[in-house]
Amino acid sequence: MTASPETIDQICKLLEPFNSTGKALTSDTEISADLNIDSVAVMDFVMEVEDHFDIEIPLNVVSETHSISDLAAVVDARVKKA
Amino acid sequence: MIDLLDKHKTIAERHARMMTMGVNAVGLTNDKILSPTRAMINGRETILAGTNNYMGITFDVDCIKAGQEAMAEFGTGTTGSRIANGSYALHKELEAELARFLKRKHCIVFTTGYQANLGMMSGLAGPKDTIFLDADSHSSIYDGCTLSGAKLVRFRHNDATDLDKRLTRSEGEEGGRLVVVEGIYSMLGDRAPLADFVAVKKKHGFQLLADEAHSFGVLGPHGRGLADEAGVEDDIDFIVGTFSKSVGAIGGFGAGNHPMFETLRYAMRPYMFTASSSPASIATSLAAIRKLAAEPERRDRLRANSARLFAGFKGLGLDMGCDMVSPVIAVKCADEVSTIGMWNALLEAGVYVNIALPPGTPNKLCLLRCSVSAAHSFDDIDKIIALFGKVVASRAAA
Repeated sequence: MTASPETIDQICKLLEPFNSTGKALTSDTEISADLNIDSVAVMDFVMEVEDHFDIEIPLNVVSETHSISDLAAVVDARVKKA
Repeated sequence: MIDLLDKHKTIAERHARMMTMGVNAVGLTNDKILSPTRAMINGRETILAGTNNYMGITFDVDCIKAGQEAMAEFGTGTTGSRIANGSYALHKELEAELARFLKRKHCIVFTTGYQANLGMMSGLAGPKDTIFLDADSHSSIYDGCTLSGAKLVRFRHNDATDLDKRLTRSEGEEGGRLVVVEGIYSMLGDRAPLADFVAVKKKHGFQLLADEAHSFGVLGPHGRGLADEAGVEDDIDFIVGTFSKSVGAIGGFGAGNHPMFETLRYAMRPYMFTASSSPASIATSLAAIRKLAAEPERRDRLRANSARLFAGFKGLGLDMGCDMVSPVIAVKCADEVSTIGMWNALLEAGVYVNIALPPGTPNKLCLLRCSVSAAHSFDDIDKIIALFGKVVASRAAA
C-alpha cells in the first residue's frame, strides 16, 4: 500500500506538535520509536488525524501502524472508502 | 539472541533516575498500617492521602469480624474458579446483596476490579462489535477492550458531541455498539456528563456501560454512584465497580438488568479462568456494602472532607485536575523532576499522596494526586493543606 505525498505531508504537519525531539519528519519516521512518543500521545495524535480527514481509524489499526507512510496509507484507503 | 527485557531499558533508566531523587515513589512500603488514614513509612507516622479508602472502612470492627468468621468457617481460599470448583454460598449472598443495593436484577462478582472490566468488556463485545471508549478510560477498560477483539474507537474525554460525531462516522457498520464511560475519572477526579451521553444514546441507539469504580459508595443519594447522582440509572445498561475502594476489600462486580446477563458467566474468560475471591474478602465486602447502605453519614463526612481539601487547595492557588469537588483531588505540577521532588518532600513531612506521571495520566500531566477518606479528621485535612502550602504552593510561586 503506498500513500500520496499530500497525505504524508499533512500527517507530518499534524504530528509536529507531538514531536519534541527536533528530528525532521519523513515518510519513514517511526512515530512511536523514533520520536519517543508514548502510547497515550500516539492515540491523541491519531485522533487529530481522524478529525482532519473526517475518517475513523480504530485503535486496532493504530497498533499495526508504525511509520508515517504506514499511517498515510491507512488514511488514503479510508478516505477513499468514505 | 535478543534479550526480551532489552525493550524495557528506557523504563529502567527512568526508574533509576527517580531513585536518585529519594524513595521509590511507585513502590513504597507501608511498614505498618495503623488505621485507614495512618501508616508507618520509613520509621515515620504518616497521614495517608492516596489510598482510595474513601469510606475509611478497612478497620471497621464488624467488617473485620465478618472476614475472620468467614475464614474460620470456609477456609483461607477457594482454590479454583467458580466454573470448576463451584461457588461458595458467600459469593451468591454477596451478589444478591449487591444487586439489591444497586437496584439491578443481576450481579456478577469478580476477583478484582481490573478483572471486572476485563470480563465485562470482553463478555459484552466481540470481534464484530465496536466499543467507543472515553479517551481517559482506566487501563483496565483499555485492556478489556483489547481482549474483546472488538473494533475500538476512542472519543474525546467527557465530550458527548465528539462521541456523536464518531458514532455518525460508523453508521451502517455491522455489529453491536458499546459505549464506555466512568463515574469519577481516577486521575483528575472529574465526572462523566452522563445526561449528555444518555441524550446521544437516545439518538444513536447503543448499549451504555458506566464504570463506577471511584464513585460507587461515594456519589448519589443512595451511594450507588454517578448514575444515581445524575438520576439516569434506567438509561445505563451495565455498571462495573470495585471492592478495593469504598468497600475496603478486594474484588469487582458487573451488574445489569439484561435478561441474558447471567449468560455472561459462561462467556467471560477473566471470570471463568481465575480463582474466585477468598471467603474473607467476600465476607468483608458483604459487611461493608451493608454499612454503605445503612450509614449514609459516611458519605456526608467524605463530602465535607473533600470540600474542605478542595477549598484549601484553591486558597493556595494550586492548579487542580477539575473544578468540581470530588474525593479525588489532583494537583497539576510543572514537570516530572519537580513532581518527584515535591512528592518526596511531602512524604518526609509526613503525608503520603500518589504520584501520577505520563503515560499514566491524560495530556502528559504530572500530578500529585490526593484521595480523601471519610476517616480523615478536619485536623488531618488541614495538615495536608498546610503541607501542600509549604511544599507545593511555595515551589509553584518560586
